[in-house]
Parts: sequence; structure tokens; C-alpha cells
Amino acid sequence: MNLFNIINDIEKIDPEFNDKLNPRRSAIKNITSFGSKVAMAAMPFALGTMLKRAYAADTAKPSVVEVLNFALTLEYLESSLYNLSTGAGTVIPANLLPYFITIRDDENQHVSVLKTLITRLGGTPVTAPEFDFSGGNGTKTGPFQNIFTDYSVFLNVALAFEDTGVRGYKGQLPNLLGNQTMLSAVLAIHAVEARHASAVRQLLKLSPWINSTATLGNDTGITTIDANYKGEENVIQGTVDITKLKSLAGDTTSVTVATAAFDEPLSMDQINALLVGSFIVQH
Amino acid sequence: MKTELQERIPGANIARRSFLRYAGIGVASAGLLATAACHKDHKIKVQPDGIDIGITGDMAILNYVYAVEQLEAAFYTQLLLTPYAGITADEIASFTSIRDHDVVHREFFKTALGGKAIPELVIDLSSLDFTTRPSVLTAAKVFKDMGIRAYDGIGYLIATETYLTIVGKIVSVEARHSALISNITAFGTFAGNDQVDGNGFNKSSTISEILLMINPYFKIKVNAVNYGYVAS
Repeated sequence: MNLFNIINDIEKIDPEFNDKLNPRRSAIKNITSFGSKVAMAAMPFALGTMLKRAYAADTAKPSVVEVLNFALTLEYLESSLYNLSTGAGTVIPANLLPYFITIRDDENQHVSVLKTLITRLGGTPVTAPEFDFSGGNGTKTGPFQNIFTDYSVFLNVALAFEDTGVRGYKGQLPNLLGNQTMLSAVLAIHAVEARHASAVRQLLKLSPWINSTATLGNDTGITTIDANYKGEENVIQGTVDITKLKSLAGDTTSVTVATAAFDEPLSMDQINALLVGSFIVQH
Repeated sequence: MKTELQERIPGANIARRSFLRYAGIGVASAGLLATAACHKDHKIKVQPDGIDIGITGDMAILNYVYAVEQLEAAFYTQLLLTPYAGITADEIASFTSIRDHDVVHREFFKTALGGKAIPELVIDLSSLDFTTRPSVLTAAKVFKDMGIRAYDGIGYLIATETYLTIVGKIVSVEARHSALISNITAFGTFAGNDQVDGNGFNKSSTISEILLMINPYFKIKVNAVNYGYVAS
């Protein structure tokens, strides 16, 4: 029995197989050590368990391709914003253009790499939807209609996109549990989005991290984006109440520190509710 | 108020060059060590002086990041105990928040791990120069970027959704910290190509790479025998 041939054959039929199997895949790669510990007679059972796990029905969760296409849509949104705003007649002050070109280039690379990963999995990358950066669902007269002429409006939208993007990526992590390649890729993008979020907040003279109060997640003072920060006020992590932990100041931790030390996720549905019908045009 | 941790940290005054040398050695030797660790039938070495993060699984991974956070919290605590000449009020405020967040992360892991936690590590930062702004900022950035790379490197090893999400919640805050320290060091380097690759990916590091880099700061070394790393 040649395990590698079996896996190769399945891969021909199901291009996502490799992805489904991961991280069991690594166990197979290290077949020498695996084999030395498990009697060869038990191998068919071991393989059977791996396949069962790989193909176990989990209808509640989006597929890996769906997760990556969701991420690609977020990246289209961000990259389009920066591609438009760093062009000729830019809304961005000249001295800050390189700053936003750094962000723009990262976002364009994210678009490119996500397309590559989706294609590698045998999926089809979604095309970019129609955007309305005024937040007006295609009318161009939404609350941020001066985005490309008023730098402060542009900054506010960039702020909301970056902080919300971090939350969107974070929300997808459980859907990629144990998938070495795809989870690591998404974590790698997630950290860069957080760098961007911090960078934009610094330009607005906000703290680079989100200092929520007990009742309000949004610390930006921009009430039109309250919903983007809803839930950031959470102080319970797992089963631990962070405010009850010791700090250098005493036996408890302030809500400000407890909320800032952890960023909170948003689900795909929550993100779509924030974007579709405003920034992503819905006809 | 003085904490146990603060009392344990000795004064620090060795040249910045020493720190960079440690960091450089960490990266350069990592490959060699990883190769050695791939040998099959790897036997667990008994290290009387070392602390192992434990058998494979979420508790081991959480102990690993607990060690990372212990070091980070100690570094920023020391930075504020012996601030460099000319530190500004804004810089004090920023480093205070970063320290407080890292203390929270440390205390969170300690609490979450409970009886399975590794001991509190005795940390020796005496090889670092806390007296000048450039040396402190360099070290501050190295420690922060190390933290992000450590978290991003172990995500796929986590088996529990709750823990994976919590790792995600923390690593983005670490990235926010790094982007600030990077911008303080050189404005506009918040996502510099020293940390972000050509795909727009934050770089990550393996458990071996990170432990090799940070073990010089632990009096008793941290091992990850079941992840192929034993301090030499």
C-alpha cells in the first residue's frame, strides 16, 4: 500500500483534499516517525480516521475558499480606497503620501496573494463588487461623500476600514483551525492589517489601540462608526474576567487596559452588515 | 509600588551591541537547530536546569506564549523603571500602555493555565542598555516584532477555537504596539519590510527560532522538547 499515491489520487479528484487533510497532512509527511510508532497493520484504520475527519460534515462553517473569498472582498474594498486616494489630485497631503502608499501596496499584495491561494485550492476568486466610498450604496451621497476631497473624512473611513478589517480577519480564524498554510496566511495578513489600523489611528492622534469603556466599544469619538466597534468593550476572555487580574497598579485591571489588550472579532455576517448596502453597493 | 517582578530585575547597562549580537545569533543558528531536531525517534532529553513547555497540545502552546509575554512585560517594566535620558511624556504614556497590556497578557495566560502553567521565569535583562533612546527603541521594536512572529508562528498548532481566537485577539494588539514603536523610531516604518514580506504578510517564526532568541534572557532556560527545541 502506498499512502502517497492514495493521497495524490484523491488530490486529482478533490483539489481541496490537501487543504482538508491539513494538519493531518503533516502526520503523513512524517510517515517515518508515524510508522515507527504505529503497527503497520493499524495503518488503514489510521488513514480511515484521517479521511473521516477531513470529510466530516460541518455545514455551519464556511469552506476555506469561502473564507478566503470573504477576505478577498475586504481587500478589494481597502485596496480600491487607497488606489483611488493615492492617485493624481490626491486628497492625501503630499508629505503623507508615502505613508499611504505603504498601506496601499500591502493591500494590493493581499488581493494578489489571496487570489493565488484561492486558485491553488481549486476555487474561483470572486470579482470586486461595486463600491461607494461615501457609504451611500451607490448614490455617492452617503455620510462620507467628501472622502476624496476632505482629508479628515478620508482618514475616518480609512480608520473604520482598518479597525473593522482586523475584526473581520479575526472572526475567520476558527474556520481555519489547524490549517497550517491557510491559517498562517490569514494570521500573517491580520497582523499587517493591525499595523495599518495602528498607523491610521496615530495620524488621527488616537491611541493606536482601542480603549473602550464599559459600555462603549468605540473610542474614536466618531459616532457614525459606533457599530464598527460594538463588542470591543468585552472584558471576558475565555472564562477569565480581565478586570479581575492583578496589574502593576493593584489587584485589578482597569476597563481601559482590559479592553485595549484584546481586540475583538466580528463574524462574516456582522462584517457584511457593516459594509453591504453602504460601502458595498447592493442593487 | 514595587512588584516581585520589579525587584527581580537587576539594573541594566551592557551595550546595545550585546543585545543585537544575541538577536543575530538567534536567527542564524535557528536553521541548524531545526535540522538537528528533525531526526526521527527523537528522545526526550532530561534537562535538569531547563523548564519544558510540556507535551504537545494547547497547554504547551499557551505556556510558550506565556513565556514570551513574561519577557515582554519584564522588558517594558524595566524600561519605565529606568527611563532613558530625554524620554518624552508621550513616550512614557505609550510605553506605560504597552507595559500594562503585556502584563495583562501575562496574567491572563497564568490564570488560564492554572496548575498547568510553567513557573514564573527569572528574567535577566542586564545585557541590554536601557540608558539611551536609540538602544531602548531598537530593543523595544525587536521584542515587539518577536512577539508578533511568535504568535503568528503557532496559530496552526492550536486545537481549540477559543484559544485560537484569543491568540488572534492578542497578536493584533501586539501589532498595534509594534506599529507605534516603529513609527516612533522612524516615522512611516509601521509595516516595514524587515517585518512584512513581499506578499504583504507579517513574518512569523517557529518555536525553536523564538526560544533560541529569547532564552539568553531567562536564568533557567525554556525548552520545547516536543516541538524539537532544547536549549544548548
